Amino acid sequence: MEQLPALLIVIPLMSAPLCAALPNNRLPWLLATTVSWAVFVMAVLLALQVLDTGTISYAMGGWQPPWGIEYRIDTLNAFVLLIVSGIGAAVTPFSGRSAGKEIPADRLSLYYCLFMLTYTGLMGITITGDIFNLFVFLEISSLSSYALISLGRDRRALTAAYQYLIMGTIGATFYIIGVGLLYAMTGTLNMADLAHLLPSVSGARTVHTALAFIVAGVGLKLALFPVHLWLPNAYTYAPSPVSAFISATATKVAVYVLVRMLFTVFGVHYSFHVMPLTPILVALSLVGIFVTSLFALSQLDAKRLLAYSSVAQIGYMIAGLSLATTLGVTAGLTHLFNHALMKGCLFLALGCVAYRIGSTRIRDMEGLAHAMPWTFSAFALGGLSLIGVPLTAGFVSKWYLILAALELGWWWLAVAVLAASLIAVAYVWKVIEAAWFRPLPEDRRDVREAPLALLVPTWALVLANLYFGIDTRWSVGMAQLAAKSLLGGGP
Amino acid sequence: MSPDQALILAIAVPALGALGVVLAGRWPNLREAVTLVTGVILVLVVGTLLPVIMAGGRPGVVLIETLPGLPIALGAEPLGMLFALVASFLWVVTSVYSIGYMRAHHEQHQTRFYAAFAVAMASTMGVAFSANMFTLFLFYEALTISTYPLVTHAGTEEARRGGRVYLGILLTTSIVFQLLAIGWTYALTGTLDFTRGGVFPVGTPAMTIGILYALFVFGIGKAAVMPFHRWLPAAMVAPTPVSALLHAVAVVKAGVFTVLKVTIYLFGLETVTGSGANGWLLYVAAATIILASLVAMTKDNLKARLAYSTVSQLGYIVLGALLATPLGILGGSMHIAMHAFAKITLFFGAGAILVAAHKTEVSQLDGLGRRMPLTFAAFTIGSLSIIGVPPFAGMWSKWYLALATIDSGRWVLLAALLLSSLLNIAYLLVIPVRGFFREPKEDISHVEEAPTACVLAMSITSAACVGFFFFPDIFYYLAKLIFR
Repeated sequence: MEQLPALLIVIPLMSAPLCAALPNNRLPWLLATTVSWAVFVMAVLLALQVLDTGTISYAMGGWQPPWGIEYRIDTLNAFVLLIVSGIGAAVTPFSGRSAGKEIPADRLSLYYCLFMLTYTGLMGITITGDIFNLFVFLEISSLSSYALISLGRDRRALTAAYQYLIMGTIGATFYIIGVGLLYAMTGTLNMADLAHLLPSVSGARTVHTALAFIVAGVGLKLALFPVHLWLPNAYTYAPSPVSAFISATATKVAVYVLVRMLFTVFGVHYSFHVMPLTPILVALSLVGIFVTSLFALSQLDAKRLLAYSSVAQIGYMIAGLSLATTLGVTAGLTHLFNHALMKGCLFLALGCVAYRIGSTRIRDMEGLAHAMPWTFSAFALGGLSLIGVPLTAGFVSKWYLILAALELGWWWLAVAVLAASLIAVAYVWKVIEAAWFRPLPEDRRDVREAPLALLVPTWALVLANLYFGIDTRWSVGMAQLAAKSLLGGGP
Repeated sequence: MSPDQALILAIAVPALGALGVVLAGRWPNLREAVTLVTGVILVLVVGTLLPVIMAGGRPGVVLIETLPGLPIALGAEPLGMLFALVASFLWVVTSVYSIGYMRAHHEQHQTRFYAAFAVAMASTMGVAFSANMFTLFLFYEALTISTYPLVTHAGTEEARRGGRVYLGILLTTSIVFQLLAIGWTYALTGTLDFTRGGVFPVGTPAMTIGILYALFVFGIGKAAVMPFHRWLPAAMVAPTPVSALLHAVAVVKAGVFTVLKVTIYLFGLETVTGSGANGWLLYVAAATIILASLVAMTKDNLKARLAYSTVSQLGYIVLGALLATPLGILGGSMHIAMHAFAKITLFFGAGAILVAAHKTEVSQLDGLGRRMPLTFAAFTIGSLSIIGVPPFAGMWSKWYLALATIDSGRWVLLAALLLSSLLNIAYLLVIPVRGFFREPKEDISHVEEAPTACVLAMSITSAACVGFFFFPDIFYYLAKLIFR
């Protein structure tokens, strides 16, 4: 049990080269699935342990912090670890059939190797308590995800991956510049140590600059409007399981990094009261929510539509988090969790569609719900959650966001959140109307329902969307705990 | 069966009925039997609650607690009882009618039709028996979504366009205004439970109450208060049984029911009158009554005319609620029932004319009354009941509404009610008059009376229009019980 934090990273990391060494058959898939499930179980155990005993500090290799690398797990990152590993546990099994169809057969073991590397990177970012180590994991996950996206069968996947590479590298560079500046001021890279040392030097321009670089760099990574331009292409042209995995986890982990930096490292007082981050971030997210929702509405490809909607949903998270109140942070974190569930489910449903008809264009889906009722029921339920219909997970986070806005008397924010939900209704409806309420063209009569191997993971996420819309003790409870500890001081 | 179980069953029975309809989809006779049996069971289930309510019982049951302080809970009180009784009884009648209509009209996708209908009824029962605003909102939205396939049943471009307006207006108002108002109420009071006398603490600023109340009244788009009434005529692309039950009874009455419920149990009459929140809204309701009547006069399409007539009549109920006096609530609640029986008769008539004679416009009806005497007789009774003359049931609710306006001293509102009654004569009574007394313009000798199932349904509802004039007690006592 004591070695759990290390195992959580080491096991998927070691499985990556193993996958690459295995032949191009079902073996790498089997290994990846086993590992992702094992990691999920470990993440659950770790979360229970954190809830039970409080923050866990693990000194990597026995080197004591702040000199060695520390893995530090509190409620917040235990929560995010659960999200990442949970989605991993659903998407990896899905990969078996889906990637088998969408990726050239001679690259399959490579695909699983990259997949596990991305997975490791995301888990590593979340678990570490060291801002430079975080950068290392950030690069592991980014580089491997560039490669994963370029595996997409559409040739535009290459330009998408390249675009992501350029933007992602700029983001990472900004982040590391910020880290360098912080190191110059304090001589430490440990988050807890930084949180302790920074207040004494917080008047320095170097620290202001560091904050600016880090917010801008991480903003790029999490696709904050208006630096989201890499995201739609990357999500559209990546292979289906990759879109599902990255959209449900990568941006969430980047949001986590922002939260960690602003709330823990720089401190709530400095980030939101000394520095005017609340108005800046709320304004950017609001404009982002509307602009990208409207973009989503005008898309012809369902995957691209969801990609734009992701940017809008990130806006909800950032809007909630940047209110820097218990309710606001709870709303943001709950949405982090819920959005992973809904986007995971929606992208997997589209993966089922792509598996059968090889396209995700809305026009190609006309009437398809009659041939693939389970797939499109999953899409419809995920869509309801995305809109925020009561009894789905999406409602819970929006409800908290509205309460948080009203608590501050910002009724206009509540109105904006609700009005933007309407645009979500319109774009989700576009797909549902095409699939459910149009006749099936003659040449699609022979299309069958997606295989069980794809439907089971998709429906697991659908049920999660419904479950966490009804029983919120766990999701909201953990987000609330994390929010309280974030606002109450250090980790 | 305990009252608590009856509450759950009232929603579970039609929901299971929907499942049964889907399973029996291959065998039309069995499928229709499932619908009818489900409807009868539902009436019985709702009926078992009536003596409990009459005896002063207020059963309630919490289903699940989703968020702290926001349980999904059911509860029965007199107003919900009245609504559930009317809706469940008329569902059975409409099902009889549907069978005649859908078969005579050779409609496609009948399984989807009956299944969606049953889901819509489950949602309606949920609205009627919600114990808090959150639960009500849930079923309110479920009702909107489950009726979409019914509105667009024809599958034509026109039907889809109508469906988009329908969904667009209902969802926009409910999400942007109603949900905002719900969230705001919760943020202010920490509860959404329907409580006698309302939930707002004394000292809540009148301004806040005023804004919130307006958000609710306009946010409940199903009440069709102008300018958010356009969805109702748009929904007329639906098959006639849908227009009959859903857009004369279940959906629209769910709207005005919610307005009444919010007024009585979320705000409380004293809070509404005390803060003056209802002042200007009363005139919006009065304007809705008159304007919708005027628009109805210009419509030649029979269903469109009935739709605008419904908008106008809903205005009566909203007016009763907005007066926020026991008398106004009494009149409004009774009008839910009285208007339901009369308007459903009219829609049944319109559908019967469509099926038997393939006519949709008022100007085409000349002389048809002689070929279809039963249909036109029922139509006459329905019209007279809506106009509100004795011996028809519609008189009672109008009577109490008129008393309520006099009681409140707002003479303009009384004038609006009376003027609207005159307009009713002009646009409703003219229809059977043309049917019976004008010479036909074309050869209609091939037209026969509507299918038996349709005639049977119309006879039941028009008999009710007369019967409830002599025996309005059940609705009167239920409405009176609200404040006892």
